[in-house]
Amino acid sequence: MTMPSQGPSGKLVEMNWDPITRIVGSLGIYTKIDFEKRKVAECKSTSSIFRGYSVFMKGKDPRDSHFITSRICGICGDNHATCSCYTQNMAYGVKPPHLAEWIVNLGEAAEYMFDHNIFQENLVCVDFCEKMVKETNPGVWERAAKTEAPHAAEHGYRTIGDIMKAVNPIEGDFYREALMMSRLTREMFCLMEGRHVHPSTLYPGGVGTVATVQLFSDYTTRLMRYIDFLKRVVPLHDDLFDFFYQALPGYHEVGQRRILLGCWGSFQDPEVCNFRYADMTNWGRAMFVTPGIIVDGKLVTNDLVQINLGIRILLGSSYYSDWQTDEKFVTHDPLGNPVDGRHPWNQTTIPMPQKRDFDEKYSWVMSPRWYDGKNHLALDTGGGPIARLWSTALSGLVDIGYIKATGKSVVINLPRSASKPEARFEWKIPKWSNTIERDRARSYFQAYAAACALHFVDKALQELRAGRDKTWESFKVPKDAIGCGFTEAVRGVLSHHMVIRGGKIANYHPYPPTPWNASPRDSFGTPGPYEDAIQGQPIFEENPPDKFKGIDIMRTVRSFDPCLPCGVHIYAGGRVIEQVHSPFHFEEKQR
Amino acid sequence: MPTNGEHPVVHVLWINAGLSCDGDSVALTAAMQPSIEDIVLGVLPGLPKVVFHWPLIDYQNGEEFMEWFWMASRGQLEPFVLVVEGSIPNEQIKSEGYWTGFGNDPKTGQPVTVNEWLDKLAPYATAIVAAGTCATYGGIHAMEGNPTGAMGVPDYLGWSWKSKAGLPVVCVPGCPIQPDNLSETLLYLLNQVAGNAPMIPLDENLRPRWLFDLTVHEGCDRAGFYEQGQFTKEYGTVECLVKIGCWGPVVKCNVPKRGWMAGIGGCPNVGGICIGCTMPGFPDMFMPFMDEPPGAKISSRTVAIYGGLIRSLRSMTLHTVDKETKWRHRGPALTTGYRPTW
Repeated sequence: MTMPSQGPSGKLVEMNWDPITRIVGSLGIYTKIDFEKRKVAECKSTSSIFRGYSVFMKGKDPRDSHFITSRICGICGDNHATCSCYTQNMAYGVKPPHLAEWIVNLGEAAEYMFDHNIFQENLVCVDFCEKMVKETNPGVWERAAKTEAPHAAEHGYRTIGDIMKAVNPIEGDFYREALMMSRLTREMFCLMEGRHVHPSTLYPGGVGTVATVQLFSDYTTRLMRYIDFLKRVVPLHDDLFDFFYQALPGYHEVGQRRILLGCWGSFQDPEVCNFRYADMTNWGRAMFVTPGIIVDGKLVTNDLVQINLGIRILLGSSYYSDWQTDEKFVTHDPLGNPVDGRHPWNQTTIPMPQKRDFDEKYSWVMSPRWYDGKNHLALDTGGGPIARLWSTALSGLVDIGYIKATGKSVVINLPRSASKPEARFEWKIPKWSNTIERDRARSYFQAYAAACALHFVDKALQELRAGRDKTWESFKVPKDAIGCGFTEAVRGVLSHHMVIRGGKIANYHPYPPTPWNASPRDSFGTPGPYEDAIQGQPIFEENPPDKFKGIDIMRTVRSFDPCLPCGVHIYAGGRVIEQVHSPFHFEEKQR
Repeated sequence: MPTNGEHPVVHVLWINAGLSCDGDSVALTAAMQPSIEDIVLGVLPGLPKVVFHWPLIDYQNGEEFMEWFWMASRGQLEPFVLVVEGSIPNEQIKSEGYWTGFGNDPKTGQPVTVNEWLDKLAPYATAIVAAGTCATYGGIHAMEGNPTGAMGVPDYLGWSWKSKAGLPVVCVPGCPIQPDNLSETLLYLLNQVAGNAPMIPLDENLRPRWLFDLTVHEGCDRAGFYEQGQFTKEYGTVECLVKIGCWGPVVKCNVPKRGWMAGIGGCPNVGGICIGCTMPGFPDMFMPFMDEPPGAKISSRTVAIYGGLIRSLRSMTLHTVDKETKWRHRGPALTTGYRPTW
C-alpha cells in the first residue's frame, strides 16, 4: 500500500474506496484526482457480484416469478414482487379487485417512507454529521455551529451545528429517532404485504391480505405518527442542504450532470388500470406518480409504450457475451410496434467470468440505455425521488387534494397531526440535477408518499364500506404469452419483462435502477451516470491527499442511493501515476 | 487489547458479499428485541463491549474499513464473530474472474473472493454465524440451473466444521431472517463469548433450537380452520391455506407465532402461503410455490381421525424438505443443470 509522502502538486492521484459502506450491497470507488485544480479528473464504474436470476428463472413456473425476483433486492424486494405481479397480471390477462390494488399501493407507499427515511437519516446524513464535517471541513463546521437554522421553530434545532450533531451515528438523537421511525413504517408495510422485505401476501390477481376495518386503523394511526415526524424532517433537510450551498459557494457543481432523468411511474389507479398492454399509455398516465423521460429539463414522453420500446441493453464493458445471434423472442409488441433485438424481451444473459481489466471489461453490470431515435441516452434516476417529482411536476396530471402537480412544482398538503398543525410543502423543479437536489428530493418524496397513502386509505375504506372486500381474482396461466411491468423501485425505474412458452418462463429480464445509474462505459463508450456525475466534479474537502476522505465523492455516490446487490465499483481509469488507498484512522475505533 | 472491565471488546465482522440481496442486513435494522442500538450501546446487562464492522451502516469506507478484516486474517483481532450473508459461489468451476468479491488484493489489484475470506478468517473466528437462508443452505441463488454453483457456508466449510472455540457454524435461516431471530442469536453468542451463557443449543441443521424447533403450522393461528377442515381455494380469505400452496405443516419456523415485527405481519397467519424459506430444501423442493403441496391432500382429508398417522407422514415429508438439493457442493464440476458458456 503506497501513500504519498507529501501533497502532490500538478499530479493526478489515483484513490480508491472499496467497498463503499452505508449503501445496500458492495460498492467501490476508484478515482483519479487533480489536487491542484481540486477536481476529479476521471472515473469508471464496476460491479463485483453476479447471481444470475435471468439464467436460473428459465423453465420455471411463471407464478413463481414474484417470489423469486423479490430476492434480487434486500431493501426494495417488494418493489420487484410488485413489478412481477404487474407483469404476470398482463401476461395472464387478470385484473385484481380495486381493493387489492389499494392495498398494494399502501404497502408500496410504506416502503418509500421506510426506505427513504432510513437511507437519508442513517446512511446519507452521516456524510453531513458533526463528526464527518469536523474531519473533512473544519471551517464549515465552525460556521455551522454559529449559523441559526431558519426553520428552527419547525424542527427544534437552533443551529445547523445542532442538526449536524443530531445526525451523528448512533449517538445523535435524530439518528436514533429516525431508526425507530423506520421500524414504524415497516410495521405499516407488514400490515399490507405481510413481511418486510420479501412480501408473503402478494400474488398475481391481487393479495392474500385479509381486508378488515382493523387493517386500515392499524395502518392509519401509524401513518399519522409518521406524518407528525415528517413535518420536522422536510424543513430540517432544507436547512441542512441550503447551508451547504451558502457555506461552500459552487457546491451545486458537486455531482452535477446533464438533466437526463427517467421515471417509470408508481401507484396504479385501479379505476383506470386494466393491465392490458394495448391500454398502457392511458393507465400509465393515470398512475399517482407520473412516468416520464426528462432531457435538459424538457419532458420527452410520459407514454409507457414509448418508454418500453426505447429500452436498450448494451454490453460494452461488462462480463457477458453478446446474444444478438440468438433467436428473437418478441418481434412485435401487442400494438404491432417492432421490438428491438437489444430490448429486454429479446435479451439472453450469457455470463463470461474474467479478470477485471479497466481498459476492457470491468463490470458485472450491463448498460441499460434509452434510445430516443438518435442517441442511446444514459438516463439516471437520481436515486428515485428527484426523477419522480420532476416527472410528476412537468406532466401536471396528479390532482388528488393531498397532492397537486402544477407543471413546475408539486404541492403536498398534510393534515393536522399530534404535535403540528396542517402543513403545505412545495417541491419546486430545481436548477440542477446534482448531489444536494437528489438528497433534498428524498425528503420531499417521503411527504409525497405519505400524502398518497392518505388518499389510498380513503379509497380502500370506500371499497370496504361498500362491501367489496374481495382481494384476489383467479386466473389461468396461458401456454404462450408476454408481459411487462413498470413501477418505481425506491431508488428509481424498475421494469420486468417476461416471455412464457409452453406454460413455463422462456425469458425473464428485470431492470432495476442501479444498472441504469451504475452502468460502466457502454459499447459506444458513453460513461454510466455515476462515472459521469463524479468525473469533473470539484473537491471541497479541506484535507490534504494523505488524509483525504473523499467526502464530496461519497456524497455524490450516495445521492444516487446505490443499491448494489448487483454490485458496483468505481474506478478512475488510465495509466497509474501515483496510487493511494483511502487513509487509515484506526484511533477512532477501539481495537 | 482494550478491555471493558474484565471482558475484551468483541468485534463483529460482517461479510455481506456472499450471493445475497443484503436483506438480512436490512432486516437486522428492524429488530427491536434487541435492537442494534441496544447491542452497540451495551444497554443489556452482562453484554460485552461490541464493535460492529458492518457495511450497511459503517462510518468507515474502503481500505480503512477492510483493514479490520485483514487484521483478523493475520490473527490480530481477538476475539471476533464473523457474520456471513449470502450464498458461497463455487469459484472453482471456471478458469478466471470472480462471482463475488469483497475488497481488493493489494498484490494483484483483483477482488478478493468471499471464498478466500472464509479460508482466511475461519481459523481465527470465535464463532461464525450464517445469516439468512442463502448463507445457511444456499437459498434462492442455489436454485436448479444456477450458473454459479452456489452453496451455504456449512457446505463450503464442511458440516462438521468447528471454530477454535468449539462452535459449529451457527445457522439462522429465513429469507430474509426474521429480524429478532437474528439479533437474539447474536445476543446469545455475545453472552456466550463473554462467558455468561453455555454452548448455544443447535439442531441437526445447526439452527438455534428455541427458534426453530416447532413448525409453522404448530404456531399458526389458522390451525383451527385446518382442524375444522376449512380450506380456502382463494387468496384473501381467513381459512387455512394448505390447498393453495402453504407448506406450514412441514416447515420449521416461528414466524406465525412471533409475527414479523412487534407481532405484526408474518405468513399464513396474515394470508401469505408458507413457501418454506427457512428450509434447507428451499426453494426447489417447494416450487411451484402456488400449488398444493403433495403431502397436503391426504393429511388435510384425514386430519381429525388420524392425528398420530398424520404426524408420522409429516415427519417423512419434513425429513425430505429438511435436506439440501444435491448440487450444492465444492469441486470443479457444476452439477446444477446449467451448461457453462465460459
